[in-house]
Amino acid sequence: MWKYVLKKLLLAIPVLLGITIIDYAIMSLAGSPLDMMVGPRVSEAALAARAAQWGLDQPIYVQYWHWLVELFHGNLGYSYKSYQPVADLIGSHMGPTLLLMGVSMVLGLIIAIPAGIYSAVHRYQKRDYAVVSASFLFSSVPGFFLSLILIYLFTVRLGLLPSSGMSTPGTGGDAADVIRHLVMPSLVLAIGVAGGNIRYIRSAVLEILEMDYLRTAKAKGMGRRIVIRRHALCNALLPIVTVIGMQIPTLFGGAVIVEQLFSWPGLGLVTMSAVTSRDYPVIMGVCLLSAVVVLLANLLTDILYAVVDPTIKY
Amino acid sequence: MNKNSKFRMIARRFMKHKMAVACLVILAVLIMMAILAPVIAPYSPTKPAGKFSQPPTPEHILGTDKIGRDMYSRILYAMQVSLEVGFLATLISTAVGVALGLISGYFGGAVDKALMSFTDMVMSFPYILLVLVAAAIFQPGKWSIILILGFVDWPGVARLVRGNVLSLRETNFIKSDVTAGMPRRYILFSEILPNTIAPVLVYATSVFAISILDEAALSFLGMGVQPPTPSLGNILNGAESLSVLTGKPWLWVPAGVVIILLVVCINFVGDALRDAFDPRNE
Repeated sequence: MWKYVLKKLLLAIPVLLGITIIDYAIMSLAGSPLDMMVGPRVSEAALAARAAQWGLDQPIYVQYWHWLVELFHGNLGYSYKSYQPVADLIGSHMGPTLLLMGVSMVLGLIIAIPAGIYSAVHRYQKRDYAVVSASFLFSSVPGFFLSLILIYLFTVRLGLLPSSGMSTPGTGGDAADVIRHLVMPSLVLAIGVAGGNIRYIRSAVLEILEMDYLRTAKAKGMGRRIVIRRHALCNALLPIVTVIGMQIPTLFGGAVIVEQLFSWPGLGLVTMSAVTSRDYPVIMGVCLLSAVVVLLANLLTDILYAVVDPTIKY
Repeated sequence: MNKNSKFRMIARRFMKHKMAVACLVILAVLIMMAILAPVIAPYSPTKPAGKFSQPPTPEHILGTDKIGRDMYSRILYAMQVSLEVGFLATLISTAVGVALGLISGYFGGAVDKALMSFTDMVMSFPYILLVLVAAAIFQPGKWSIILILGFVDWPGVARLVRGNVLSLRETNFIKSDVTAGMPRRYILFSEILPNTIAPVLVYATSVFAISILDEAALSFLGMGVQPPTPSLGNILNGAESLSVLTGKPWLWVPAGVVIILLVVCINFVGDALRDAFDPRNE
């Protein structure tokens, strides 16, 4: 087992390097951060000095190499815009994003798992069609449109929920306040998560319901509920676990847009402003972080597979 | 079985899905409206045609925007733009995915390994980050968004086609082709490709739906189709201002409803196609 994990980790390193190389190349093609500083009051000499300071006067591969060497020294560089260390910038914004993504994922699965099972158990009945149709609707509503509707309903009309930030300015931001701010953004993301997963869970459960061992369980005279809970659900966990791992990049993508709309002070907000102002070190930091998270999620998926399914041996 | 009866069988299975048939009709109507936009739109989508910010009236059935453009005409043209972006992006990504999947699956070995690890790399990337960075490279606009979405969406198709080719390679009819000494090109394009078209078509419908959603999201953020060209996403962009959101629902609700309608219908049709193509469903 540990050998397998170690092997997977070693295999992930070239992939990670590959991703950072692609990132750096695309980012450099996107244009120099110096273009954003050009103005009537900025002299050529000042620009050249900046370029030299940031190492932008060197070829791209040299720049990348410097970035990589610094990375191995544990230094992600400094933001061009705020002069803050990138690691601090990411660290201080990671919490809110993790909170938002975690809550959305859990909420989405709380909707999707019972709905998917319910739908599979009542296959080809009206309720099944209703659940499947709802799941199509969930995955077809653009997140930003849903956000607008929610803001319109709950903030403008009913005045129940705050529409921006993570806590009410001026107050300390206690748990209840944060939860009130969290409701709408996490609901938007959770609906997206649920939409895709309901159908997936439904078909995973359906496949298992047709297995011989379930027929045996039923034939033994076990109650329907026990059959479903003990035999079907446990085996349906396997495909569900895979889906969770695959969802992380998508969820992060959704978070970027949702954070923008609700001014949620997370990584998405940092990323958007870094992309528009071509803040190279910050963009690279976020890309690296997300790549690491995705690869770790994949690894975790593989390990969970082994835990859930005892027939898999490494 | 000849081609005609096979087609009829698929059509018959498709017709069983009432919802999908209804969706197909709605989709056909919307697409016709989009294509015929220059003929049926009462006003120009980019030039003022009436008073500012007017609620719906008989002359302007969806009202006018803040500089007096007719919203109904704008939505018709926006639909045209959004469908065009979605369709072309799907075409590009499907073509790239099918090509890479065929190569990877058929040749196997080192080629397969290299292509698939590249696919994994693109897949494990937070999609929106790639799109955002790419959108910053090119001047934002209709063609760059088509190219970006087209070259980002292919990994799913590539994996699907590769998997299909791998399982087809083990079937007897391909093995007999190989034994009979048929040329590679023949096996690849006349035997394997036609047998992977059905799943690819089904997958393409979901890519089409996703592309429409992505175009809307990017244009909404201001990184996609640029005004004055209307697109469903950039029309919604106006709703970020509080006065529009609260007081002028005719400026943003119709565009959102059209997006949902398009995407829901495409998804339903795709789902019914999946069932109809599945030979186990008889």
